[in-house]
Amino acid sequence: MKKVFSRPKSLKNVPFHYCPGCGHSTLHRLIGEVIDEMDLQERIIGVPPAGCAVLAYNYFDIDMGEAAHGRAAALATGLKRALPDRMVFTYQGDGDIAAIGTAETIHAAARGELFTTIFVNNGVYGMTGGQMAPTTVLGQTTTTSPGGRIGKRDGFPINLSEMLALAKGSAYIERTTLTSPAHILKTKKAIAKAFRVQLEGRGFSLVEVLSPCPTNWKMSPVEAWKWIDETMVKSFPVGIIKDSAGEKQDAH
Amino acid sequence: MAKVLMRGNHIIGESAVRAGCRFYFGYPITPQNELPEYMAERLSKLEGGVFIQAESEVAAINMVIGASMAGGRAMTSSSSPGISLKQEGISFLAALELPAVIVNMTRGGPGLGNIAPAQSDYFQATRGGGHGDYRTIVLGPSSGQELAQLTYEAFDLADKYRIPVVLLGDGMLGQMMEPAEFPPEVQVKKLPHKDWALTGAKGRPSRFIRSLLLDPIEEEEHNWKLMRKYERITKDEVRYETFALDDAKMIVVAFGTAARIAKGAIKRVREQGLRVGLIRPISLWPFPSKVIKDFSKKARHFFVFEMNMGQMLEDVKLALEGSGEVHFYGRPGGIIPTPLEVSRVITSQYYKKRLG
Repeated sequence: MKKVFSRPKSLKNVPFHYCPGCGHSTLHRLIGEVIDEMDLQERIIGVPPAGCAVLAYNYFDIDMGEAAHGRAAALATGLKRALPDRMVFTYQGDGDIAAIGTAETIHAAARGELFTTIFVNNGVYGMTGGQMAPTTVLGQTTTTSPGGRIGKRDGFPINLSEMLALAKGSAYIERTTLTSPAHILKTKKAIAKAFRVQLEGRGFSLVEVLSPCPTNWKMSPVEAWKWIDETMVKSFPVGIIKDSAGEKQDAH
Repeated sequence: MAKVLMRGNHIIGESAVRAGCRFYFGYPITPQNELPEYMAERLSKLEGGVFIQAESEVAAINMVIGASMAGGRAMTSSSSPGISLKQEGISFLAALELPAVIVNMTRGGPGLGNIAPAQSDYFQATRGGGHGDYRTIVLGPSSGQELAQLTYEAFDLADKYRIPVVLLGDGMLGQMMEPAEFPPEVQVKKLPHKDWALTGAKGRPSRFIRSLLLDPIEEEEHNWKLMRKYERITKDEVRYETFALDDAKMIVVAFGTAARIAKGAIKRVREQGLRVGLIRPISLWPFPSKVIKDFSKKARHFFVFEMNMGQMLEDVKLALEGSGEVHFYGRPGGIIPTPLEVSRVITSQYYKKRLG
């Protein structure tokens, strides 16, 4: 019998701890498949977030370096500048990248740093119990936006990917979801494209993935998918946000 | 190599490059701006040299972490408020056991303070301004030549022990021009290989560098491991200088720029027949406790002089363990006292204690 499907080589044989219906499990697998298919396992270094995926190094069989909350873009900058012929990616949640890490992310994009960011957007601080995040939408209830987010009281959500597109150093930014097999495949393609952009030295690349958090949204996995498709995408439209067929970057 | 007349901040940069530093991440803040400027110029002409003016001191220290994880010799610099911003990163460097050099050209504080020289970051440097049980090696240069020497050694110490090393200078040291002779330039490719660095898992199992240890049993053991390292450093890396101690009845303890002022004061009072000497800590951590305790058998009276409100003072008292009297004289906020002024205070204390 021919083996037609297996665990990617670049994922360890370790069961994920993520909640049922969480996007991390799917996303980890997609990244593992892309690393395998592009033959990057021996030359890629990942930077996990502070968040539910903080233990990503237990799952990915690649070199990984821990960053403080929000600092992944700065750490990745140091890594990639020191190892320009290796691949570097960060894997960050919405709080990590768009709250505490906003400055580091914007400036890495502005400098055109040649690493890829996987931005996992689930609209809450998952690991710490479901507090409001920069991408929590208006009306969404979280533990620190009781009764639902109100602009006047809690401020308005941030569309970081659209902001990053303004940075001349960013070459490729796309937003996807995981809410159907077709969308999952699109996410995989986006990740592969982002890695190719890095390989070609074209600039900063980012894939934002709208990801379900059934536990903190207090929904079933099916309801969570529905909520992304019907509500979240209204604030965070899916599709290519920037794709500059830009010139190759100067050697740093 | 011949002596060169250079500004202190430039000396640090030149020495770092000669020590094999190819990664510098910094941010403008007075009185150390000349250092990032020097590194920008110097590294742009070097193969593999990387200079980034980061968006903040926070970003800069995290870039250092990244470059250090990759096995490079990396440095950042700032002054007091900017060093405060780096404290999380320094705690991480210590926890992750990563080598790095952090330069603080101390200015008047607290808060925004001023741009004049001070020594008020001694606590911040030696007590670990960041969270958790950790230490960093702290070196206190007091001359341009020492900037050249200690910056160079800092990189070797950092790599040898996998520890962040703080170079605790001040604004005056950074601005003064003095002659310095530099150690020979290191060949980066010949530096010892770091078998723990992140380089992509080619031909070996993948590895990760992290400080999250959720199991308290693991975290405790990690802390003890760090402690054992710090004990080795305490045994082997103490540095200090002594001056006019043989017959001293009163011993001044001072570091950095304050020690130079103190030396001038001691020379003056010696001319008047006062038997005063100096112990100058060069390693502020590990602190030269033993030499201070040893000399307390010969002289009971200690005179701590610092450009702050009394910080190294506490380490002197701890070192003495009660044997000896300690008088303190300090000028905080960026004031640089003259040797004459300090000599008068020493003289007054000397006669008050009936040593004359």
